[in-house]
Amino acid sequence: MRYLPLSEDDRRHMLAAIGARDIDDLFSDVPAPARLADPVDLPGHQGEIAVEQAFRGFAGRNLSPAEAPCFLGAGLYRHHVPAAVDHLIQRGEFLTAYTPYQPEVAQGTLQYLFEFQTQVALLTGMEVANASMYDGATACAEAVLMAVRLGKTRRRAIVAGGVHPHYRDVAATYGRFADIDMIAAPPSWPGTDDPAALIDAKTACVVVQNPDVFGRIHDYSDLAEACHRAGALLIVNVCEPVSLGAITPPGEMGADIVVGEGQSFGNATGFGGPTVGFFATHTRFVRQMPGRLVGQTVDADGRRGFVLTLSTREQHIRREKATSNICTNSGLCALAFTIHLTLLGEAGLRRLAALNHANAVALADRLARIPGIEVPDGAFFNELTVRLPRPAAPVVEKLAADGILAGVPASRLFAGEPGMEALLILAASELTSESDLERLAAGLREALS
Amino acid sequence: MAQVRYTQEHEWIRIDADVGTVGITDFAQQQLGDIVFVELPTVGSQVRAGAEAAVVESVKAASEVYAPASGEVVAVNEALAEEPAKVNADATGGGWFFKIRLADPGELEALMEPAAYKDYVAGLS
Amino acid sequence: MSEPERTFSGHRGLQLEEALIFEQGSPERTAVDLPQPANRVDRLGGLQRRSAIGLPGLSEPEVVRHYTRLSQKNYCIDSGLYPLGSCTMKHNPRLNEKVARLPGLGDLHPLQPVSTVQGALEVIHTCAHWLMTLTGMPAVAMSPAAGAHGELVGLMTIRAAIEDRGERRARVLVPESAHGTNPATAHACGYAVEAIPANARGRVDLEALRAKLDTDVAAIMVTNPNTCGLFESDVIEIAAAAHAVGAFFYCDGANFNAIVGRVRPADLGIDCMHINLHKTFSTPHGGGGPGSGPVVLTAELARYAPLPYVVCESGRYLLIEHGADDPDARPLGRIKGFHGQFGMFTRALAYMMAMGADGLRQASGDAVLNANYIMARLKDVLHPAFPGPCMHEVVFDDTTLKDTGVSTLDLAKALIDEGFHPMTMYFPLVVHGAMLIEPTETESLETLDLFIETMRALVLRAKAGEAAAFHQAPRLTPRRRLDETAAARRPVLRWQPAAIDKAAE
Repeated sequence: MRYLPLSEDDRRHMLAAIGARDIDDLFSDVPAPARLADPVDLPGHQGEIAVEQAFRGFAGRNLSPAEAPCFLGAGLYRHHVPAAVDHLIQRGEFLTAYTPYQPEVAQGTLQYLFEFQTQVALLTGMEVANASMYDGATACAEAVLMAVRLGKTRRRAIVAGGVHPHYRDVAATYGRFADIDMIAAPPSWPGTDDPAALIDAKTACVVVQNPDVFGRIHDYSDLAEACHRAGALLIVNVCEPVSLGAITPPGEMGADIVVGEGQSFGNATGFGGPTVGFFATHTRFVRQMPGRLVGQTVDADGRRGFVLTLSTREQHIRREKATSNICTNSGLCALAFTIHLTLLGEAGLRRLAALNHANAVALADRLARIPGIEVPDGAFFNELTVRLPRPAAPVVEKLAADGILAGVPASRLFAGEPGMEALLILAASELTSESDLERLAAGLREALS
Repeated sequence: MAQVRYTQEHEWIRIDADVGTVGITDFAQQQLGDIVFVELPTVGSQVRAGAEAAVVESVKAASEVYAPASGEVVAVNEALAEEPAKVNADATGGGWFFKIRLADPGELEALMEPAAYKDYVAGLS
Repeated sequence: MSEPERTFSGHRGLQLEEALIFEQGSPERTAVDLPQPANRVDRLGGLQRRSAIGLPGLSEPEVVRHYTRLSQKNYCIDSGLYPLGSCTMKHNPRLNEKVARLPGLGDLHPLQPVSTVQGALEVIHTCAHWLMTLTGMPAVAMSPAAGAHGELVGLMTIRAAIEDRGERRARVLVPESAHGTNPATAHACGYAVEAIPANARGRVDLEALRAKLDTDVAAIMVTNPNTCGLFESDVIEIAAAAHAVGAFFYCDGANFNAIVGRVRPADLGIDCMHINLHKTFSTPHGGGGPGSGPVVLTAELARYAPLPYVVCESGRYLLIEHGADDPDARPLGRIKGFHGQFGMFTRALAYMMAMGADGLRQASGDAVLNANYIMARLKDVLHPAFPGPCMHEVVFDDTTLKDTGVSTLDLAKALIDEGFHPMTMYFPLVVHGAMLIEPTETESLETLDLFIETMRALVLRAKAGEAAAFHQAPRLTPRRRLDETAAARRPVLRWQPAAIDKAAE
C-alpha cells in the first residue's frame, strides 16, 4: 500500500516498544461489540492505473464545457486560467501547508493572504477585506449576520429580488436559526423591485447584487443613502468580480459590506466547488468581521512579517461568543485568485473586463436578431437575460443534446416563481468565439422554429 | 480617602461619593498579558452588578469585565482605545475602564476589602 | 550558534527576501496577453469604473518568481513531519490532484443540464456510499464546505427535528475539552452552551453528564476519539443517556482517522457526525482551506438534510435542488452555493478507492500505532497527560518543564529550528501546557525516531538550564518570532500607497 511506509518488521518493533501484542490491543478502549473484526464491505485497495481509469470513466460520462460552446454563468463563470496559476498552486509548499498559525514557518501563506486582502479591498473599493470565506453564498449569509450584530436590536434583513437565489436561500437557512426576520423580494424581470420601499426602523441591512442574477448592472448610490438615512447597512454582493475591472465598485456607491464569489479569478467552475468567497467592509467594523485576518508586524530582528491577527473574534479563542463558527478560509482558492489577479495587473484586468463586455454585447446583438427572442435594453456586463417565446428549460436540454451549453433557465434557479419560465440567462467571456455565437444562434433558431 | 473594593473576577471599584471608577486588577492584567484591545460600555447605558460590562483582549484571550455594582455609566476611559497598554502599565490608575453612578451603594458590601483580596489572590497561586 | 551572516541584498542563500507585489512592477505591465476588444458601443449604462483600481502590473517571470519565493518560506507536509494534534496532517497523494483536474470533472459547470453531468453525480453518489458504509449511517449530507460548516448543518438538522416534534429545547452540552467550533456552532444555532466536565481519565464524566441531561437539552456534542486522543470508552452509555431524555448525540468526527475501517460510529449510537475530508481522506489543507465537511445522519435527521442532494433512480442520477420531489423530506434549504465541494469529493474518493477497505483499516491501525510509539518512547522525559493506550494522537502536559524556564511554546519554537513543525500547543484546554502530537500513518519509523530523539534532546537541554536559547528560538527561519501584540494593537490589514501612509501618520 503505497501511502503507508511501515513494514511488518517496523510494526513488530514498535509494538514491542509499546508493550502491546498487536494493533487490535491498542483499541482496547473501544467497547467490544463496536469493534469490527473485518474490513467493511467495500472494494480492496487499487493501484494508480485502476483508480485513474475509473475517474476517466466518470469524466467520460459528462460533457466538458471545453468541448462545447458554453454560455453558462449565473454565479460561476468559465474564464481562461493562465497556465502559471495551476502550476504555482500545486507547489507542495502551498498545497500541503497547514493554516499559518506558526508564522515563522508560514510567511509564504501569510504574505499572499495579505496581498489577497489588499487586492479585494482595491477591487471592491472598501477599506479592509478578510482572508476569504467558503464561497460567495456563505460570505453573503455571514454579512447578514454581521449586519444584525451591528444593528443590535434591528433584526430585519431585506434581500432584493436580483440577488442570486442560492445566496438568498443560504441567508434564509442561516437566518432561520439566528432569529433573523428576512424579507426576500420576489425576482422580477424586465422590471426591478425597489428594496428602499421596504426599509423600516427594524431593518439592519439591505442585500443587493451587482451585476444582479439576471446580469443587469445598477447604480446603488441612492439605495445606499436611503439605507444610511434609516440607520441600516447596505450589503452588495458581487458574483462576477471581473466586472470590477469595468464598472464602478460598490465601495464608491456607498456600500457598507461587499461580499462575493471570487471563482472567476484563477479557479475553475469545478462543478460548483471549492471556490472562494470574499468579504470587505469599513475599518470601523473590523472587529465584527467573520473569518481570518492577516496583519503586518515585525519579527524579533525588526524585519517586516505577517501574522494572523484579531483572532479573539474567532471560535478557537472566543468559543460561543465568536463572530462566526468558521475555522477555515479558502486558502488555496484564494491563492489561485491572487495569482491570477497579479498576472493580470491593472492593465490586464481592464482588458479582460472590456473583452468580456464586448463579447456579451456581441451575444446580445446576435440574440436580438433571432425572431421571437426578447432582449432587454438595460445595462449589463458579461451576462444577460432574454425571454424566449416558450419555456427555456426544454430548449436548453435540446441544445445540450447537440453539444451546446446554451445558458441557465431562470426556472432552474427560481423554482415555482411566476414569470421565470421563459427566461434564459446567458453569459459570455473572453473565451466566447464567433463560432460559439454562430452555433448558439443556429441552435436556438432551430429549437424555436 | 476613597475606598476601593474588589470582586472575585479581579475587578476593582474605587468609590468617590456616589460614583464608582472600575478597572481590572494588576493580577488580572498580568494573567492576560499584553492587552491589545478594550471594548467599553457606552456612556448613559445601565450596568447590573455581576453582569458583563466590558471586554478586555490580549492576543490569545478575551475576557469579560463584569460590573462590580449596578448603575448608569457616566464616563469611559477613551484613552484606552488608542493605548490599551495603559492597562498593563497602570491597571489601578490610568488604566481604569469606566465610571458608574451607583444605583445601590449597599451592593458594595458583598465585595472584598483590599486585605481580603490580597489573601484571595495569594490563595490562587 | 553563530549569528546568520548579514548580506548586502538581504537574501541569505536559499532564503530569498520578497517584496509585496504592490511594491513591484508598473501599472502598464501585464502577464496576460489578451486581444483588443472589437470596437463596439458599450452597454454599461454610464457605470464605467473611472478611477484607477491600484493593482500592480508584473510580467509572467516576475509573478512566477514572486510566488515561488513565497512558497519557499512555508513548511509543508511534502517537506516534513507535521505532528499537529487534532489536524491529521497526512500525505496528500498527487493522484488526487490529477483526477480532480481531468477535463469533464474539474471544468464542469454546476448548472449544466443534469443529462450532461451523469458522471459527476455518480462521483458524488459513490463518495457518499463510501462515507455511509464506513460510518454505518443511512444518509449523508454532502454539501457542507468544511468541518465547522458540517457541525452547523448537523445542529440545524437537530434543531429542525426538535421543532418538528413540537418541542423547545434551549441547551447544548459540550465537553470542556471540545474544539472551539462546537460551542460556536451551538451558539450560532441559537442554543445556550453548557460545559460537561471530564473525569480524571480524560473522558466525559458520565455521572456529571447524566446530572445535566434533561428535556431542555437539545444535543450533546462529543468528539470521539476525543481531543485528548482517547476513545470515549463509555460512548454507548453516553448515547443512551442522551437518547433517554430525547436529546441527540452529535459526534465531532475530526478524529475519525483513528477508527476508520475499525469502528462504525453508527454502532456507538451517534445521530450525526461530520467528516473532515481534508483530515481523514487526504485532501490537501492548502494553507487553511478549502475543506469539505459531509455530515452523516440517522434516518430521522436525514429528512432535514440540506439541498441539494443526489439520488439514483434505475441507473439515472438526479439532482434534487428544490425539495418538492420527496413528500417526506423537510429539507433545511441551502447552506452553500451550488452542490458542495465537488473537487474535494473527487480527491477523497480517489484516496478511498486507492486505499480500499483493507488499506483504510491498516491506515487507522498505523496511525494509532505511531502515536502510541511516540508516547512509549517519550514518556520517561515528557509526562503523558493520561495513561495509554492513546488513539491517533498523544497529549503530554508540561510537568517535566516546570521550573526550567522553558514553556510549551518555547519547546515548540525550538522544534522549528530542528526542522519539524510544532505540535498543537495549549489544546486541549483541560491539559496544562498541552502538547498534542498526531504523527498520522504516513510517517515512516525513521522519521518518528528522529522526531523522538529530537524531542528528547530538547527536553534534556531545557532541563540542563538552557532556557535562554529556547527564548531566542526560532533562529533559522525566514522570520523569527513575530510581534503579535503590535499586530493586534494597531492592525495593518492591507498594503497602502506611501502617500496615504504618510497622511495617516
